[in-house]
Amino acid sequence: MMMSRRCLVAMTQTLIACHGCDLLHRVRPLPEKSKARCSRCGTLLYVHSPETVNRTLALAITGLVFLVIANLFPFLSLESQGTVLETTLITGTIILSQQSMAGPAILVLLTSMLIPGLLLGALVYVLWAIKRGYRLPAGRRLFRLALTLRPWSMTEVFLLGILVSVVKLAKMAAIIPGTALFAFLALVFVLAAINAFMDPRAIWEKMDKWS
Amino acid sequence: MGKNGQMVMTCAHAARTAAGAGLFSCHSCSLLVRRPSMTGRVTVRCPRCGARLHLRKPNSITRSWALLIAALIFYIPANLFPVTITSYLGSIQADTIMSGVIFFMQTGSWGIALIIFVASIVVPIAKLIVLGGLLISVQRRSRWRPAERTRLYRITELVGRWSMLDVFVVTVLVALVRLGYLTTIQAGVGVVYFAAVVVITMIAAMTFDPRLIWDVLEKNDESNAH
Repeated sequence: MMMSRRCLVAMTQTLIACHGCDLLHRVRPLPEKSKARCSRCGTLLYVHSPETVNRTLALAITGLVFLVIANLFPFLSLESQGTVLETTLITGTIILSQQSMAGPAILVLLTSMLIPGLLLGALVYVLWAIKRGYRLPAGRRLFRLALTLRPWSMTEVFLLGILVSVVKLAKMAAIIPGTALFAFLALVFVLAAINAFMDPRAIWEKMDKWS
Repeated sequence: MGKNGQMVMTCAHAARTAAGAGLFSCHSCSLLVRRPSMTGRVTVRCPRCGARLHLRKPNSITRSWALLIAALIFYIPANLFPVTITSYLGSIQADTIMSGVIFFMQTGSWGIALIIFVASIVVPIAKLIVLGGLLISVQRRSRWRPAERTRLYRITELVGRWSMLDVFVVTVLVALVRLGYLTTIQAGVGVVYFAAVVVITMIAAMTFDPRLIWDVLEKNDESNAH
């Protein structure tokens, strides 16, 4: 027996089960910028983030722009004995795969570029459709994909890795930061802001109105 | 429209949990869906987002144990084999994760040494111990401090990603220090095992279902099908 989407909307607006302990909670409207936590185990239940569609959409577009810039310009340069060696964001991946390290190369490519890109792209597609009132195909599926991919986007860890490498090489050679590094830094902040401002519950409810 | 909602509400008064009320809680979009009366091996999908619905993550304990043991096995070569091989003027130096930490300590970069030590050694080991402990506590149907155990799980799930640090460090090092110069850094085979440990422990943490910690506390245990 399939329930109609309208009934489902009614259900989700009244109750939510905690993902940490399965306790049922009644959904109440929250004050702005606040979070509801489970009364029993403390797991985050839902957030109320005002203008979540507009803000997340703006952030996702900004993030995509930074990601493109981060791939177009030199990332880090190493100056030693009068010669300068330039690298781009993808250089490490290429070198690793040349050293028959395909596994780590793919993992780095995925977690630092492809997954953040896919995540941002999916968000732009879904949120733009919601904002415009279009009912685009696979919207729900893509939003689910974006939520699933979130833990695998590791740009901030990559940034810390750059810091550690630079410290390690500082005594050996001069490291010159490139335009792409600053774009990547900005991307890290944009992705953190998306995590803070995105209210998946509100976005699901907006998509419920599609049908 | 109100009918469905109302029925759920009355169910909720009787049972405190979604599983107890016969409801699937979608892990992806949090929608509550009534469990169909026909219970078979059919997969039920979320009508809103399309994710597979389960009362509890399927075979959570078995799968988590399998992944945990796999991670434990990979952790040994990850620490024994070098992660970087540095050649300088014909002399070759192979560094493991631990010798990398010691290098930073000897050169006075205590902060960096600590960051790598925590991300590459402390976090993976702590994850293996915590997840193993949680699995044992669930299997022994422990009623000890469920809220604290749930919080421990949540922290474990959040910090796991930071173990990727060393993989990224090696990537940046091999990109910056290449052939044609006096010094060359190559990735060592330890990186492959270490990357595997990070990915496998992350999946192991995602496979574990923290709701199992609480199921033992529910009176209507039999309705909590795993």
